[in-house]
Amino acid sequence: MPTTQHISIDTDRCIGSGQCALTAPKTFTQDDEGFSALRPHAEDAPADPLVREAARACPVQAITVQDD
Amino acid sequence: MSEAISEAVTETVEFPQDRTCPYHPPTAYAPLREQGPLARIHLYDGREVWVVTGHAEARALLTDQRLSSDRLNPDFPMPSARFEGLRDETRKSRAMLLGVDDPEHNVQRRMLIPSFGLKRIAALRPRIQQIVDRLLDDMAAAGQPAELVSAFALPVPSMVICELLGVPYADHEFFEDASRRLLRGPTADDSRKALDDLEEYFRELIIRKEAEPGDGLLDELIADRLRTGDLAHDELVGMAMILLVAGHETTANMISLGVFTLLQQPEKLAALRADPSLMPTAVEELLRYLSIADGMLRVATEDIEIGGVTIEKGDGVVFSTSLVNRDATAYESPDELDWNRSARHHVAFGFGIHQCLGQNLARAELEIALHTLFTRFPGLRLAAPAEEIPFKPGDTLQGMVELPVAW
Repeated sequence: MPTTQHISIDTDRCIGSGQCALTAPKTFTQDDEGFSALRPHAEDAPADPLVREAARACPVQAITVQDD
Repeated sequence: MSEAISEAVTETVEFPQDRTCPYHPPTAYAPLREQGPLARIHLYDGREVWVVTGHAEARALLTDQRLSSDRLNPDFPMPSARFEGLRDETRKSRAMLLGVDDPEHNVQRRMLIPSFGLKRIAALRPRIQQIVDRLLDDMAAAGQPAELVSAFALPVPSMVICELLGVPYADHEFFEDASRRLLRGPTADDSRKALDDLEEYFRELIIRKEAEPGDGLLDELIADRLRTGDLAHDELVGMAMILLVAGHETTANMISLGVFTLLQQPEKLAALRADPSLMPTAVEELLRYLSIADGMLRVATEDIEIGGVTIEKGDGVVFSTSLVNRDATAYESPDELDWNRSARHHVAFGFGIHQCLGQNLARAELEIALHTLFTRFPGLRLAAPAEEIPFKPGDTLQGMVELPVAW
């Protein structure tokens, strides 16, 4: 069982749908411009299955998740 | 009509068709699902195109760059004579956002993303609540029965999008009527005239705003994009038209059809009343269940193999959101409203780069409008037999034409 996850967001691709922040609000938020952003220390938290769900919910596949 | 075409027409299901019940997909679509995740249908003019009914296939295809939204592509499928009448190859500005592919689409969309972000929409919630409260005060004061579409379902999103864009709500009778004519015709000339009227309206409004700036999104776009040359006048006009029309017609239909559906399924309404914290998931489930924009359109620019078939270059592809969102491989008991399911991953707002820009505004409006309406009027009921209440035909956004209610 992985303890943490490496999460990357392609902000050039992001369309600001907010699906990530709605699906995994402990990990994702939106910056003031409406684009996806990681919450501070989100990657230090234990791996959250909702993160993969958020990646799947992203309409433009801007989120990739790798188990460390 | 040639013999070959008439033979094909008799073999495939026509799309779109009218719903039999306002909140279920047309019963005539049932055979489509039996043909697998993609099936052949024919459009009003006899043209055969693909319809996507499978959930996994829809999500894959809506993110596939080999499917184009380019309305100027001569192979782009048109669902009715009305839309064919709007195909206008000389005016690209009429195809802003919805009708263009990346990279142009991305440039246009990024100009608008900050205004529809979660934080901006959260900040709008108190104002949406005020608008909803005031309209319900007026409805209570006017007495029963009331016609909910004109008293509530339409003015809520109409007032909200006016404030957001900086469009004077005093002009609402004009643009609500023009939007209705654009989307419902009935003739191609009606729709074309409506588009001309809206274009003329926004051209004048933007000229006025250049002289006397206000504080809406259009004013920001004039200052930050028009003056810098990032947007041409006719492009800003095109953008304003789509934001206004998409910003009020869609949510208005979701409110009217959502209320009708809840009144027809009182046990679901009771559960929602008993636990208002269910509202966000209920709105998501209603979006899935009602799928009011049923028939998103694309054209293939290359051959695509999917679901055991080959979509050939030049083929038209239609996404039936009502069928995709009721695919039993994605949703258990898909024909039931279920507040406990996660309706996440529905495609009611589309999927891919064109997924609805205003989706989080729509969620906020629907949560506030439905919660406040049923709290304020606990005895709300239909004021006419359900089967006599008119709803929209299949070739436009789905929703109620009128919704007489009492309380």
